[in-house]
Amino acid sequence: MRATAGYVVGIAALAACAVIVHAGPSGGTVSGKVTYEGTPAKQKPIDMSKEPSCAKQHPTPITSETVVTGPSNALDNVVVYVSAGAPDESAPGQAAKFEQKGCQYIPHVLAFQVNQTLEISNADQTSHNIHPLPKVNREWNKSQPPGSAPIDEKYDKPEFIPVKCNIHPWMHGNFAVLKNSHYAVTEGEGGFSLADLPPGKYTITAWHESYGDQSQDVTISGNETKTVNFVFKAKPY
Amino acid sequence: MGKFFGVILVLITLVSAYPIVTHKFVQPVDISTHGHAIDEQLADTMAEAGLAFVGAQLLLAFFVWKFSNRKDGSKVVHLPGGAKLMVATAFIFIGTEVLALGVLGQKAWADVYFTAPKPDAMQIQAQAGQFAFYFRYPGADGRFGPLHPDKIDEGNQNYFGLDPANDVEARDDIVTAELTIPINREIHLLLHAKDVGHSFYVRELRLQQDFVPGLDLSLHFTATKTGKYEIVCTQLCGLGHYNMKAYLNVLAQDEFDKWLKDRAAEQ
Amino acid sequence: MEDAAVQPVQVHAPPEGFIRKFVFSLDHKMIGKQYYGLALMAVFMGMVLSWFMRFHLVWPDAKIPGLGAIAPTGAPGGVITPEYYLSLLTMHGTLMVFFVLTNAPFAGFGNYFLPIQIGAEDMAFPRFNMMSFWTTLVAFIVLVSAFFIPDGPPISGWTAYAPLSAVGKDAGPGLGWGQNLWAMSIALFCVGQLLGSLNFIATTLDLRAKGMTLMRMPICTWAWFITSCIGLLAFAVLLPACLLLLLDRMAGTSFFIPSGLVVSDRLQNHAGGSPLLWQHLFWFFGHPEVYIAILPAVGIVSHVLITSMRKPLLSAKVMIYSMMSIGFLSWMVWGHHMFVSGMNPFSSLLFSFPTLTITIPATIITLIWLGSLFGANIQINSASLFALGFVSMFVSGGVSGFFLAQPSIDIYLHATYFVVGHFHMVMGVAAIFGILSGTYFWFPKMSGRMMNETLGQIHFWITFVGTYCIFMPFHYLGLVGNVRRYSSFVDDFMAPLMPVHKFISIAAFITGAAQLIFLYNLIHSRFRGKIAPENPWNATSLEWSIPSPPPWNNFGDKHPVVFHDPYQYGVKGSKGDFVMQDSPEQVVGGWDK
Repeated sequence: MRATAGYVVGIAALAACAVIVHAGPSGGTVSGKVTYEGTPAKQKPIDMSKEPSCAKQHPTPITSETVVTGPSNALDNVVVYVSAGAPDESAPGQAAKFEQKGCQYIPHVLAFQVNQTLEISNADQTSHNIHPLPKVNREWNKSQPPGSAPIDEKYDKPEFIPVKCNIHPWMHGNFAVLKNSHYAVTEGEGGFSLADLPPGKYTITAWHESYGDQSQDVTISGNETKTVNFVFKAKPY
Repeated sequence: MGKFFGVILVLITLVSAYPIVTHKFVQPVDISTHGHAIDEQLADTMAEAGLAFVGAQLLLAFFVWKFSNRKDGSKVVHLPGGAKLMVATAFIFIGTEVLALGVLGQKAWADVYFTAPKPDAMQIQAQAGQFAFYFRYPGADGRFGPLHPDKIDEGNQNYFGLDPANDVEARDDIVTAELTIPINREIHLLLHAKDVGHSFYVRELRLQQDFVPGLDLSLHFTATKTGKYEIVCTQLCGLGHYNMKAYLNVLAQDEFDKWLKDRAAEQ
Repeated sequence: MEDAAVQPVQVHAPPEGFIRKFVFSLDHKMIGKQYYGLALMAVFMGMVLSWFMRFHLVWPDAKIPGLGAIAPTGAPGGVITPEYYLSLLTMHGTLMVFFVLTNAPFAGFGNYFLPIQIGAEDMAFPRFNMMSFWTTLVAFIVLVSAFFIPDGPPISGWTAYAPLSAVGKDAGPGLGWGQNLWAMSIALFCVGQLLGSLNFIATTLDLRAKGMTLMRMPICTWAWFITSCIGLLAFAVLLPACLLLLLDRMAGTSFFIPSGLVVSDRLQNHAGGSPLLWQHLFWFFGHPEVYIAILPAVGIVSHVLITSMRKPLLSAKVMIYSMMSIGFLSWMVWGHHMFVSGMNPFSSLLFSFPTLTITIPATIITLIWLGSLFGANIQINSASLFALGFVSMFVSGGVSGFFLAQPSIDIYLHATYFVVGHFHMVMGVAAIFGILSGTYFWFPKMSGRMMNETLGQIHFWITFVGTYCIFMPFHYLGLVGNVRRYSSFVDDFMAPLMPVHKFISIAAFITGAAQLIFLYNLIHSRFRGKIAPENPWNATSLEWSIPSPPPWNNFGDKHPVVFHDPYQYGVKGSKGDFVMQDSPEQVVGGWDK
């Protein structure tokens, strides 16, 4: 009788451990904020008069988005990612979506993984010609007439790729093709959070299209949250 | 069948001439100071070409009608006057006409190309690049900052490649996507090509001039009516050629001054 | 030279075997047919491309069934992209100007009939002749292969202006290997034409039969001869121009590219070149080229008209001298394509005077035709209808030249549909009518069978009315300022013109479909047409004195002797109403010795 009870308790304890191991956060988190100091270059309003169907979608003109800021000197559109210490991952099934709407790229910076399907759609009444300008990946350049099917592409090497529209010179964006799933793009208050990091030593890199990149090392030992902040120097021109 | 040819050709001739004679397809209103000479030249040429066209087609139609599949047994004969008459007609009529057009037409051309802009003409630079036009006003210092092609950064809207950090004259330059000008003021438009060949065409201004990479070309003109007009690219420049345009806005002087001040504030 | 007794320069054995007879043939007649067949293929391809273009202009968002499968990048889902439209436009122009209008009337009919019309057994250099066709065929294959490469065919127009055509693929899709293939194809084409022109000139000067003085050659022979003189000089300029373009693209030279160009965000590594240099080289060739396209048709139409009218022209000599003047003046006018190009505006005035002056010989030619029709007895058939249609089209296309020759008017009309209407009327219609007239006229001689006359006339009427419906409105559009080479019309001022474009497109589809009647007639008659007699049109020139089709050495063992010019129709005192050129029948009271 006592032996059987012992087995039951033992098995229940093992089961509880298994439950604890598989449920709840399985690793550490690196989070923080990206901010800037100094005065960023003025973002001028974009005159879309050459494309009336887009111009009328912006009664107040949008501005260029090479430096997008938030409250309290937050710096948006910064890609924060694990550049070393994590294994490469195969691409997830769902596509990363890049939209052309109102003659603007949405989002301005799209982060996705190597070999992940990139799906580009055109919601405008005008043709766009999407032209990413990679240095290591294969370069292509495709027109997308209005109402046509989305374009599917993928990149097989990690790289930060500027994207332009050949037809509308003010349209610029970026692709961040990354090796693993630990990444975030800052917006609003400039915060980011990279979760589910198993114990280990990591290099966290923050990349901004105008201000370059910075890296910091961080070590995760368990389920803790480590704070890493980045501060970029803004340039007036 | 010969008679049928005659009839069809007459119909074709009349139907072709109809839209011209009834002015169904004409140039838009002329807003320039030099354009009337071009319009007159065009009208003169249309009258002469029209007469030549109608005359020749009707003559062809008539001769085919009358001189085809003749069963009346009459012999073939030559036109009295023969080849000599044809040659003389060509030299006298066509020669006079074409030389007249050529000589008279010089003035309209000279008005555009052989006169220099007045010293107080307002200088504006136009840049054509795949696939948009951008314009630059020199600002308060009246001088254009130098262009640095390696500094062109369209994402930042630095379309011209200005370097205000280092070039003092570039700091007050005003870059716009529309060519806005005051009415009745001579404009000296400096044409700069960023990448490949383009062309500046405003129908209402009766102006067309290619942008040639590597060449400093310019146009000068005065607009005499306010309004909004289209500048379109007419030199094949790549896939977006069809969508390469900008608006020309002609404003009253005080409205122009306000517009320029607003654009300066945005720079 | 004028009266040289015939010593055959080349004595070749009759061709044996399938390859020698039909593939690598040395026989000018087979080579002429090969050129014609190539032109036929090119014209149908070019026409289909134009259908896609006309369709897209009116229905830009339409998903064309099947096109998405053929051109997944150019027309994803069957919707034509802007660059694909431009590639259709480029290939349409290139195919039509080079592989149709230079091939068929000149290399096609000229090769077949020039030796026969002067009484020769073959061309002076049969091997050059064979090489010229095969080079042209390879050029065609190289050009068409541009459709099948990943980057697509070139998009810079048949005129390939630099730097767009020279900087490479940064300038956009279609400007990578597609442009290289284009330049290589045209360079090869030039080589083929140079060989052909040499042949025509040598043959005309040296291989004329006894009694065949230069002035006794038929007008179409003169036209081919003058054309080949122009061609020799013109293609000799285009060939190096294409090579320089290839060097700029592939070897890093900068003949046509200045420094400081930023194309697609990339600073180009070139310096010192001139885009205008390309334009000068190209148009120095390009303007004579359009006369290469039209003069053979002028000659063929004159030839057909004389036979059909049953009387000679008012003066063959005047016609010949007028063609020569056009050939001469054609070298002085190239700048009229460049009035607003940025070249010195004084040059524009200089170029406009010879351009206006060319109107005079062109008018003389037209008046000679018109004046000759007076008092004639025109036999109406498909061949003569197309010849008469040519005269009408030559007038229509010619008068729009009055406008474009003046720089001041060109300021407004340059690069509009007015220009497109002008050159389509003279080249796209008139020159084609010349080819069609020649086809209906010479088909019996070439194949030994008659074409179906009813189908021929149906073909004529639809084509004559149809082409007016297509191209006359182009001029109206141009007068309003409708810009050319646009894949879609998005500008505000274009909206009211769309109904005109719709009318044009529908006319184009109907007229295009009518060409299938011609194709059917051609193929069906080749195998099932009525057997043709030796001289179905009662014509006088030497080709009508030999069997239909001619034997391999044209005149058999006879050396033809010629006694007078080929215009002896309706001569007083002749038996019947014509005297053949090789007939010793004394011609008393003839028209024009």
